[in-house]
Parts: sequence; C-alpha cells; structure tokens
Amino acid sequence: MTNFDPETIHDVEGVPIHSVHRHDVVIVGAGLAGMRAAYEASSEFDVAVLSKVFPTRSHSGAAQGGIAASLANEEEDHWEWHMFDTVKGGDYLGDQDIIETLVKEAPIVVREFEHMGCPFSRTPEGRIAQRKFGGHTKDFGKGGPVLRACYAVDRTGHALLHTLYEQCIKNEVRFYPEFYALSLIVRDGVCRGLVAWDIINGGVHVFHAKTVMFGTGGYGKAFKITSNALANTGDGLSLVLRAGLPLEDMEFVQFHPTGLYKQGILVSEAVRGEGGYLLNKDGERFMERYAPEKMELAPRDLVARSIQTEINEGRGCGENGDYVHADLRHLGEEKIMKLLPQIHELAWKFLHVDCIREPIPIQPTAHYSMGGIPVDIDCQVLADGKEKPVKGFYAAGECSCVSVHGGNRLGTNSLLEASLFGRRAGKSIVRYLRESREFPELPADAAKDALAEVERILGASGTETVGAIREELQEKMMLECGIFRDAETLEKLAGELRELEKRFDKIGIDDRSEKFNYDLLEAIELGHMLDFSELIVAGALRREESRGAHSRTDHPDRDDKKWLKHTLAWKRDGRIEFDYKPVTITRFQPKERKY
Amino acid sequence: MAMITFRINRYNPDDERRGHYAQEYQLDVQKGTTLLDALNEIKWKQDGTLTFRRSCRSGICGSCAMTINGVNNLACETQVLGLGGSTITVEPMRGYPVIKDLVVSLDPLVRGILAVKPYMITHSPPPSDQERLQSPEEREKIDGLYECILCGSCTSSCPSFWADKEYIGPHAFLKAYRFVADSRDEGSAEHMEALDDRHGLWRCHTIFNCVEACPKDLNPTKAISELKKELVRRKLG
Repeated sequence: MTNFDPETIHDVEGVPIHSVHRHDVVIVGAGLAGMRAAYEASSEFDVAVLSKVFPTRSHSGAAQGGIAASLANEEEDHWEWHMFDTVKGGDYLGDQDIIETLVKEAPIVVREFEHMGCPFSRTPEGRIAQRKFGGHTKDFGKGGPVLRACYAVDRTGHALLHTLYEQCIKNEVRFYPEFYALSLIVRDGVCRGLVAWDIINGGVHVFHAKTVMFGTGGYGKAFKITSNALANTGDGLSLVLRAGLPLEDMEFVQFHPTGLYKQGILVSEAVRGEGGYLLNKDGERFMERYAPEKMELAPRDLVARSIQTEINEGRGCGENGDYVHADLRHLGEEKIMKLLPQIHELAWKFLHVDCIREPIPIQPTAHYSMGGIPVDIDCQVLADGKEKPVKGFYAAGECSCVSVHGGNRLGTNSLLEASLFGRRAGKSIVRYLRESREFPELPADAAKDALAEVERILGASGTETVGAIREELQEKMMLECGIFRDAETLEKLAGELRELEKRFDKIGIDDRSEKFNYDLLEAIELGHMLDFSELIVAGALRREESRGAHSRTDHPDRDDKKWLKHTLAWKRDGRIEFDYKPVTITRFQPKERKY
Repeated sequence: MAMITFRINRYNPDDERRGHYAQEYQLDVQKGTTLLDALNEIKWKQDGTLTFRRSCRSGICGSCAMTINGVNNLACETQVLGLGGSTITVEPMRGYPVIKDLVVSLDPLVRGILAVKPYMITHSPPPSDQERLQSPEEREKIDGLYECILCGSCTSSCPSFWADKEYIGPHAFLKAYRFVADSRDEGSAEHMEALDDRHGLWRCHTIFNCVEACPKDLNPTKAISELKKELVRRKLG
C-alpha cells in the first residue's frame, strides 16, 4: 500500500476486480436527502447513488401533507415566525443557528422544486398553495395557525421524490438500485468509500470514493406500530456506530398522533390542518383538555400524548378501547376529495371506512427519528459529535441530527430538512472535491468485516428465527420505550435487549442463495436494529426529564439546568459510552411550552 | 378467521432445471389482513426462501405489484378476505423477466421511462426568487397523471408489450403526457420524439388493460389517445 497510485484500481481482498467501483461521490439512499445531494453534485462531478430499494420506492414518497416555507403566498408569514415555531416545537433542544439557516433557505428550496417541475397545488393567483399544520403559528405563537405548508394535494412527498428522480435522470446520475450498504471504509479519520451487497445478483462490491454521503432514513421499524416502511431499519445509523463514530439524541422518537388503526399507516396531519376533529368514545373533542388554544393543531408530541392518555384512561373507542376517531365528516365530500383524496383511499382500502360518512379509527404510530448521525451545518459527519469532521463523509435527512428538530419535529419540517440539507450536502461536497482531486488510499482489507458478516449469516443454522426476535424487539420497544417511559421499564428493557442480542447470535436462516435474498438482508437489518435500539433505551434512561417526544412519567418536567444538552453515544467493545454537548441558543431563550 | 390457501408461483434462479412451479401455503387469515401481511407471515414463520419486493405497506412506493388471481395489483392494498374464495393464486407480474419468485426485473420499466425524456424541459429561465405561475385550471390538467407510482402494473398487463419487448409502454406514455400537459413545460417535441415509432404510440391498440390494471385508478389509455392526437396535429400542422 505504500506505492498507492490513485489512477489505478487496486485489489481488495475477497472482492473480484470488476466489483470494485470508483466514483467522486457515492451516496447511500435515494430519498429526498440523497437525491437532492446527487442532483446538486452531479452538475460537476461523477455521482453514484446506491439504494436498497428502487429510487422512487424510497420512503420520502410516503410523506403527505406538505413542506414548510414562509412564502406568504396565502397570508402574512415571516421566517422569524417559522424559526420561533420550530424552536418551541422542538422544546428548545434544536440548535438555533442551524434552525435559522433552515427557515431562511426554505423558500429558495421550495421554489427550486417548483422550477424543477414539482406539481404543487395552486392558489387562485397561480402561486404555490399553502395549508395549516400543527405548531405552525402567526406572530411568535401569539396568533392562530398560519398557512405555511406548501403542498401537492396530499401526495407532497411523492410529488417531490418523483421530481427529484426525474432531475437526477436528466443529470445522468449513476444509480445502483437495490444495492445494500454493508460497511463504511473509514481509516485515520478519512472516509474512503463503502462496501455494499448487490441484492439482485448477489455479491460484495466495493465503492471507492472521494466522498460518501448518507441519506439512509430513519429507524421507525424498531417499533411495532409505525408509519415507516419495511425498509426503514436504520441501517445507516448502525453502520456509523460500527465505524466507531457517535450518534446524537437517539432517545427522541416521534410518535405521530394519527396512524391508521392497527396498520400504523400515516394519516396525514393535513387531516387536522384542514379542520378535522379528534374525538374519544364519548364523541368529545378531547384536545380541549390538553391544548385549549390550539386544539387539534397542537404539535405532534402533545397530541400523541393526549390520545394515549385518553386510551389509557378508558376513553378510547371500540371493543378494546385502543383507538380514537379522526372525524372529517363536517368538511364535506368536495373538500375531502379535493384536498385529502389519498386519505380517503387509505381509510377505505385498509379499514373499509368511508371518511366522508364515518370517522377514521386512529392510534399514535412511531413516525420520525429526531436523533441520528451528528453533522455540522455543512452536513459533514462529526467524529467527536462536536466539531471534528470525518474527512469526506457527509449525512443529511432523517438519518442525521443537525439538529433542527430538537426534541420534537413539526410536521412539514422533515421534507424541508431532507431537501434543504441534501442540497447543502451536495454543495459542500462540490466545494470539497474542487480542492481534493485524489482518491484516498483504499486499504486491501476494506471488505473484511462485510465479507465476514455475509458469510456468517448465509451459513447461520441456529434455532432462533429473525422473525421472532424482530417481533419481540418491536413489541418491547413500543410498550416499554414508547410515548411514555420510566426508569423501571427502561432498565428492564435494557436487559431484555441484551437477551435478544444473545439470541441473535443463534439464528438460522432458510435461504442460503446469493440472488435476491431478503432472508439474508432481514437478518443483517435486525442486527442493525438491535445495535441502535440499545442506544435509544440507554439514552432515554439517562435523560431524567421530559422534553418534546421524550416523556418520562417519573420525571414529568423539563429540566433545563441539567438537560438542555444533546446526548452523544458511542458503542465501544460492546459498551455504550456517553458524552454531551450544549444546545446553541441565539434568538429565543427557553420558556415554558404551552399551546 | 378463515383458512386460506396461497398458491404461489415460484422460481429459483439457482435451479433453472426446475423452472417455474407452484407451491401452496396455508394461513389463518383475519379481517383486515392484507395480502402483503399474509406473504410476510408466510416468509417469517413458514418459509424464509419465499421472495417478493415490499416496502411502504401503504400503496405509495409501488414495490409489491404482483398478479393476484390473474389481475395486477399491489399486495399491500389487497384485503385477503376481500378477494373471496379459499384459494388465492399469486404470480409475478407478466411480461417482465422473473428474477426470483415474485420479483421481476424493472429494466423494461426504466428503459421506457428514459425514452420519453422524463423531466420538465424549459427554455425560458424561471423567475428569480419566485415560482412559475400556474393557474389551478392549468394545474388540474396534470391530475390523474402525476400520481403514477411506477409499479409497472399497466405495462405488464399490456398485450402489445407481451408481443414487443421494445415497446415503450403505457407507464412511460403516462409520464410523457404528464409533461406535455403541464403548462410550464416547453419540451413537448422532445418528450414525444421517441413516441412516433413502431415501438411507440402506434403499437397501442386501445385494449384498455392498463386502465384496469392501475392500482391508483389512473388512465394511461386516455393519455395515449391525447398524445396520438397531439402527434397527428403536429404532423398535419
């Protein structure tokens, strides 16, 4: 390796030479963050995008209600108001310097999408239409809800995702669809590429790169009831952990108030934004008790807790009393079919409920991961979680924690964050590549761990099954680390997770072939879920306060003195190590959070 | 609860000699169980080798399109008990090369899409710091077009595609018309360039299978006839 010549392809032990690829930029994940970065960087450099699913199957497409920007197309709005709402919505855990960038650049990002051809809904004047969403208000919370969420009917994520895919085709981005990242190649603080599995044909591939970017999405699949796709197993986060890097604020998991009963499928917050009611079994608009001013348009953490409290106190609907109703009937058929047609379709197809005539049974569902890979404002991954970047490694979107959402994300801020920081990552990669023309040295044993992992699982012939362990993990995480948490159950859960890990060592799989083997993939994914779930639980146990989506019944108040700080956690030799970093406060001092 | 037999058409690429074969699985199914739930249950508890694509579970990603009792649909949106009958036949979508079990190659889909320059083409620069204006009436013209999830159900059901593997396909025509019908797009000629061809529009014989097959209730045949009219108009004009 001493006479490394960056111009020739080098041997990687155990990987055939035709399976070693080279690109200036290798992006993992073809959702909004990954493809927005790819679009940006492909104007100047050779970009490859790997995705475990075909690009338009990415879960950004499932987002429904909108993307936030203070365009003021429908009524007065200002970035300062958007900033205040985001800070307060996140229960003051978001970094305010970065939130300021988010809300200031939001209009630019949304208009660019329009210029790319995104089919936004329109106002009578022909401008991008905007609707109300929870926690978005006028005049620093003093006024009522504001029309800020730019939307394409109730398919906003789908419209944005397909628009970006189209633009990436135009820019000749090289897609590797159905390639699954197995490990990162980080040595001496420099990211040199990654190792991936070709799902369709089988086989380990090495991607030698000057820069790697992760847009790998969230970790909702660790919970039983979730709006997340089956693919949202948080692989990227665990790959970062395994590379010896930290994760930030993992204990903050958002439960969306309105998941379709039993399936957990997202029922857009646009349902509340357009004026829908939440009712308990007595037909009472119970939000009156929890958020008398903002009612149904309070932020998600608060509404989810309110629903769960109604259920826990015996005011839930149905035989088991385990759901409440989202009632749209008073909106009328015309408004429902014009503004919420997908919701109508989902309620009908999955529950056989016609929401024009009947209320929709809903329950809270694990939805969004506030925690993730610590990055700076230019999306560089931070080796110490604070300021030291890993050279050539970037992350954006739900897998990252930049942190704009703090302890609780506002609706429509996620499509914004993913696109805006995807764009920033792309720009920052371009700046880096203009300076660094050489490929970093590729170690000969770069694929060692990945090859061993695949070989171990393909040969696994134990008695435990992936399905059973995963089901137990998801049930326990939901029950013991869900909307409400306390020390006793979290401690119990930590022990149970260790047991599950032991059982995971004894799994067996049925499919031993290389081609399109989801049996293999699901086993690898389960390993990832077990890895990061431990961090969620340990972080939740240590954080002895209630803030945003993290609600400790044994510590019901927010404790700014002790806990106005971000959690950083590493896994070293099987042990979890913690560090903390301060929250950046600029314009808005923490205040009591009421709606 | 009802005991349902799932008769699944299987194919193992490592066992070419065996070719395609049917295998039956039994499962107790409850009200509310989707076909995707059932397939997952079988994969996770009975046979880990059973292979199919899936992701969002909510009918928006398009991964789990397959042929269910002879008709293309998304497994995640199909209620098992809604199908009626105690045996359900599940096959990979027709017309595409099968990779394994219910998984088919998406290459024909992508090839079709690429042929129509599937992105908005504009020559005039966008207004700075503003969106392009589009009236609600103009915007309405792309309703029923932009919602496509690229699941491939339409093209798989099309006899013209069965006979001509170079056929661009209804999914791609729908995409082309999504841009041709968009008041902001200035590249109609470019989107339609590949369509006036023996593998293009004229191979559509208005059989309407694509309309029936679309799980999102879109109408590719209508888009195709609009494009045909547009082509003729251009030729005569």
